[in-house]
Amino acid sequence: MTYPPSGTAPREPGPGRPSAPVTVPAQRRGVGAEAAARLRAAATTEPGRLQIYGAVLALLVVVFGAVTYLEIAARASSADDVVTRSQPLSADAASIYRSLADADTMAASGFLAGAQEPSEVLARYDADIEEASRLLVDAAASTDPATASHKEITTLSRLLPVYTGLVERARANNRQGLPLGGAYLRYANQKMTGELLPAAERLYTAETGRLATDSADARRFPFLSLGAGIVALGALVWMQRRNYRRTNRVFNHGLLAATAAATVVLLWLAVGHTVARAELRGAMAHGQESLDVLNKARINSLKARANENLTLVARGAVLTPDGTRDQYETDYGTGMKELGAQLEEARELADDARGSKPVKDAIDGVSTWQDRHRKARTTDDRGDYDSALQQVIGPEGSTGESFERVDDALERALAHEQDEFDTAAQDGRGALGGLPFGAAALAVLGAVAVIVGVNRRLSEYR
Amino acid sequence: MTRAKGRGTRGGLRGWGGVTGMAVACAVTASLTLLPLAHGDGTFGGQSAGHSSASTVPTVAEECEDPEASLPARDADGPNIEKIRKRGKLIAGVDQNSFQWGYRNPESRTLEGFDIDLVHAIAEDILGDRDAVIFRAIPTNQRIAALENDKVDVVVRTMTINCRRIGQVAFSTAYFQAGQQVLAPKASTIDGYNESLKGKRVCTAEGSTAYDALKEKSFGAVYEDEHDGTGQDEDLLTVPNQLDCLVRLQLGEVDAIVTDNALAAGQAAQDPAVELKGDKPFTTEYYGVAAKLGADDLVARVNHVLEDYRRGGADSPWMTSYRTWLATGLPGIPGPPAPRYRSN
Repeated sequence: MTYPPSGTAPREPGPGRPSAPVTVPAQRRGVGAEAAARLRAAATTEPGRLQIYGAVLALLVVVFGAVTYLEIAARASSADDVVTRSQPLSADAASIYRSLADADTMAASGFLAGAQEPSEVLARYDADIEEASRLLVDAAASTDPATASHKEITTLSRLLPVYTGLVERARANNRQGLPLGGAYLRYANQKMTGELLPAAERLYTAETGRLATDSADARRFPFLSLGAGIVALGALVWMQRRNYRRTNRVFNHGLLAATAAATVVLLWLAVGHTVARAELRGAMAHGQESLDVLNKARINSLKARANENLTLVARGAVLTPDGTRDQYETDYGTGMKELGAQLEEARELADDARGSKPVKDAIDGVSTWQDRHRKARTTDDRGDYDSALQQVIGPEGSTGESFERVDDALERALAHEQDEFDTAAQDGRGALGGLPFGAAALAVLGAVAVIVGVNRRLSEYR
Repeated sequence: MTRAKGRGTRGGLRGWGGVTGMAVACAVTASLTLLPLAHGDGTFGGQSAGHSSASTVPTVAEECEDPEASLPARDADGPNIEKIRKRGKLIAGVDQNSFQWGYRNPESRTLEGFDIDLVHAIAEDILGDRDAVIFRAIPTNQRIAALENDKVDVVVRTMTINCRRIGQVAFSTAYFQAGQQVLAPKASTIDGYNESLKGKRVCTAEGSTAYDALKEKSFGAVYEDEHDGTGQDEDLLTVPNQLDCLVRLQLGEVDAIVTDNALAAGQAAQDPAVELKGDKPFTTEYYGVAAKLGADDLVARVNHVLEDYRRGGADSPWMTSYRTWLATGLPGIPGPPAPRYRSN
């Protein structure tokens, strides 16, 4: 763009300058000086002024288009990240977290059932471990090695085989009727709750944080584009007003077309981004917030179930540090308390009947679970271990049944909220779709129209 | 209550012949001063006052001359026996995790072991039905509280009779002699509670006698976790339960375990690759059946059961139970420890 007319360049460098490197500043100064001189000369005549105004107007319209293109493309890419990248990664991290917690719960349930573990419990444990391994590989592939998330993924990948190894040892010993099996299972649980789950939680938090950042980026107001649009439109209006004053002509078709193009882009920009903002905010407020609470609730229900099982596995072998209460029973109580609070929060967040129904089911399930748990504890404290065991892992009327009910309800609630999120986030991304290219195309058209319109006026002077 | 106190004081008087220290003289003075007071309590049935003076009188040193001495065996009923009869069930505090002693077999789903056999024998004697028992799994450090709060009638749970505890619960005569011993892989260079432990990682249960022993003399062994007693406790070298030590040993995270040889036998029975090191335990402890302090009728009755239990030489119930549960891990025990009774 800044190339001087051919033939002038070789003459430009002064005699004292080395001629080999054609220095850019020298060129610029030459061109700049020449242009300034021409401008000064042109500004003294009306046609010259018209030419300058036309060029500036066309430039303003092009700048408006370019800024809109760049700014909205960035917003759209963030919105696309939300839909295709960060939310799926956050959901995957939640799945890793859940699979691990579920595996631990299943390991304890199967163990309690005796030497021959029920096949459906074994299958669920296997599926959990498989899911966690698969998702960890996926997550590792899509995460930058320099991030904290990657460190957590590495930790999890390293500890998962350690954990499964301990569970297998627990099973082998249990199968032989040796109490050592229970000790191994407790050690496995200690690894899970002490190292794996915290790492999974940190991963989940990091991924969810990234989602929030992406969503906020997509929702950031496009000030530059709007500003450029208002300036361009203002300039167009001013130009037409000047035209009208000088020539008494109401319309200049070119300028009118350019104004129309700029107005369309500005409206499109304002409406499109406002819709996208609203949808994306809705996705976060109605979808992601609920998803977050529900995910945490589900983890707590799984942990509470594992602790409930372990109370029967440990049989009083592990106490709280002050030595007064059973550690697992205490942890169960803590988990259930958190679960209750989170379900209450989820119920408040649920914004339609389809969303609140499963949450209500879960709340009811938790209340039955706690009743049954109390009864099972009383039975066990009375010394009737066998009946207590049935009350915890039996097929009917057991706390296990209540846990399944809670887990199912939470799964339904999560699926619903995920749906809500997906729909809203996709709508949000869709609202920005085509805007960058549309803005660019219309801006070019507008600029052309400006030039055509100004040339029409100029031709009147020839 | 008062009887226990009087006994303690008399026992003390017996043992003072050879003691000349100033501290003991002080104890004499204290005991003598408190003696009439204690009698007065007895006369007026001041239970709580009697109780508290029993625990404050500095008779521990004297009683420890013979903490295993228990009440003479008696086949008579009393208020505590009556309570059990009325209920129709004996409530016994036992372990569910101690292999060969008190363990719930996952297949039969029943509790079994040396301690459990003894509980059945007590139930049979008092109620005429060996299965008239409610077993309550109680953790190690809840044994005394369970008795004090009347949650159980007796605790039969590899409970060591010692000076500290006899002020808290009433013990029967000893039914087993045990002691702390080192357990390590057969191939290990560790050969006992000695210099061979130097630099080795040794696992013990939190708050156990074994831990105290290592604290006193560790032979350069590593036996404490960095964050013991805090929220970040690694539970590696000091663990919640003695069996957890075997887990750490099998995983190669520790080199040896120090625990009671009776419990170690249960561990050895679960892992043929480990064995007890050293010829014999480096401490001597006796297990007793514990009842609530003051439940004299019950203690005398349990002692009576134990008399029968020991009787019969190689065919005695004791030896039969020993052969069933313990002979594999703890071979070579010829018979039960002889009972010792208080002479009053």
